[in-house]
Amino acid sequence: MDWITTIGQLINTTLVFSTALIFASMGGIFSERSGVVNIGLEGLMVFGAFAAAVGTYYAEGAGMGAASPYIGLLAAVVMGVIASLIHAVASITFKADQTISGIVINFLAAGSTLYLVRLLFNGEGETPLLQEVFRKTNISGLSDIPFIGEVFFHHYPTTYLAVILVFVSYYVLFKTTFGMRLRAVGEHPSAADTMGIKVSRMRYIGVMMSGALAALGGATIALTTTSMFAHNTISGQGFIAIAAMIFGKWNPIGALGAAVLFGLFQAMGSYFQLFDWASNIPQDFIYMLPYVLTILVLVAAVGRSSAPSALGEPYDPGKR
Amino acid sequence: MNKLLKIFTLDSLIIPVVAVIFGLIVGAVIMLAGGYDPILAYSSLFTSVFGDAYGFGETIREITPLIMTGLAVAFAFRAGLFNIGAEGQFLIGMTAASIIGIKITGLPALIHAPLAIIAGGLCGGLWAGIVGYLKAKRGVNEVIVSIMLNWTALYFSNYIVRTFLLQEGQQKSVDIQPTASISLQGLSMLMDNARMHMGTLLAVLAAVFFYVYMWKSKQGYELRAVGHNPNAAEYAGMNVKRNIVKAMFISGVFAGLGGAFQVLGVFHYQDIFTGSPGIGFDGIAVALIGMNHPFGTILGAALFGTLTSGSSGMSFGAGVPPEIIRIVIGSIIFFIAAQGIVRWVLKPLYLKRKKEKVL
Repeated sequence: MDWITTIGQLINTTLVFSTALIFASMGGIFSERSGVVNIGLEGLMVFGAFAAAVGTYYAEGAGMGAASPYIGLLAAVVMGVIASLIHAVASITFKADQTISGIVINFLAAGSTLYLVRLLFNGEGETPLLQEVFRKTNISGLSDIPFIGEVFFHHYPTTYLAVILVFVSYYVLFKTTFGMRLRAVGEHPSAADTMGIKVSRMRYIGVMMSGALAALGGATIALTTTSMFAHNTISGQGFIAIAAMIFGKWNPIGALGAAVLFGLFQAMGSYFQLFDWASNIPQDFIYMLPYVLTILVLVAAVGRSSAPSALGEPYDPGKR
Repeated sequence: MNKLLKIFTLDSLIIPVVAVIFGLIVGAVIMLAGGYDPILAYSSLFTSVFGDAYGFGETIREITPLIMTGLAVAFAFRAGLFNIGAEGQFLIGMTAASIIGIKITGLPALIHAPLAIIAGGLCGGLWAGIVGYLKAKRGVNEVIVSIMLNWTALYFSNYIVRTFLLQEGQQKSVDIQPTASISLQGLSMLMDNARMHMGTLLAVLAAVFFYVYMWKSKQGYELRAVGHNPNAAEYAGMNVKRNIVKAMFISGVFAGLGGAFQVLGVFHYQDIFTGSPGIGFDGIAVALIGMNHPFGTILGAALFGTLTSGSSGMSFGAGVPPEIIRIVIGSIIFFIAAQGIVRWVLKPLYLKRKKEKVL
């Protein structure tokens, strides 16, 4: 009986940790499907977490009550899009190395968010603790199902949103003209160009979508588990989201599966201490676990690469 | 001398120099927007670095590890690999040097210190070798693996320090044996107790080694060929996979040595880190601004070391949060990566020069 509850809680926590990864890996898919590597997901998540925390804080102050975290999400989207434009301008318009330009985002995110936090909150290195954040909510009817209800229908609103997003992303990528064009510029930009698709514009859209989605991912962390923004609110989730995208073969459904798997690795850490046999494992090893398991999964999974074929190549119309 | 001139021709210098200027301007604009005085900020940065012997010495201390991680990144770049894992390799190098420096006793300094340095370099190289091996044999993306290994290295190092080297009741290791130290006490006295050490000299020698190996040896030629066009290299009979592993190993050795210098020359103990120290990440910026050339890397390290070392003086003198330096560094990389922007801004100048030539 007891272990059933534990497993139920573990699955629930897994989904909590997966939420941010799902958002960010969807962002990664939209950018990379258009042919732009986005190693800056981590930084975009930092920007998102920061904007969400600050937006929510001021919305609270303005008396917006329970709507505050939604204002935070909105702030994150705006911030994410703006930040991703830096990457887009550098890598699409000025044909910079996409990996390096993504690193720039990570550098700028780490520096500018802390700079702004210090500016806004009298030199403090973190935002105050937020009062109005997302709470776990039930879905009436479904939540009453024993076990299933507790495990799958007792979640933050953002988690439901993330799952819906996956199927929307799948539909957009594979069932709409827009999605087909986006994939076309990522697979064979010159052919797409010949067909009258504006390569740069599609890539800009892809990168901006990734900015919005990754920022939402960061926001979900700041508005659920940490309830604040500090320098360590985002610690590698953006990179794990990239790994989830690769493991999921640039497909939203696959990335969902991978994100849940990596979420499980993160959740396992907090559950290990419950077991007698695991109490001797040093805490440092438990911290290490998600990262090591991610590597092992990548090593086991990578076979024939299914990355978009023009990934990482700036499009130069004059080149054959 | 001619060759030196060739390396530092005007054209290859102009982009980094302009990028640095632009980066500083971006920083100034952001300071202005935040209500700070950029001129006061930059001048207090400058005074804190060059104002006294201590500040200058500490800046050199700051520059040294950046040279090593910069060389690590640049070396991998030359072989067509992106080593974002210098951070982890640096940590592993620190840890290996700490173990040798603390646990081995009774050796003369002439053997003990070099042994600790070699251990640091070797372990950093092996750590990076994992990335190279997985890339070569399994085709796993080196960037993702490196980043995951950075976190792994952080917690692994903490585990080692916590379990085997801990100073009772503190979040750091016990001190290394005096025989393992590479501090230069005489020089430190001269520099008002700034922490000077042998590592700086070794870092410069490492840059020379990089240059000779990469451009004067057959092995270096192969690495560059693989980096330039792996297919052509393969066709010419080179073993691409072995070269990838080798390039990552040597790259990791540079970073690991940097970590060893930091423990043996500067701190003489190792902290339990709550977050990664970031020197490996800065190495990426250093290598980029140095155009992935070893001597350029030294200049890049000098620049970023100066900025970082002066940032505390800057926040003390002008009240600016020290994080502004991260923004400046980020902007500099941005302008170097997106050279098109620099070229676009300089276009009128270029045209002018060409016209003059015609005349």
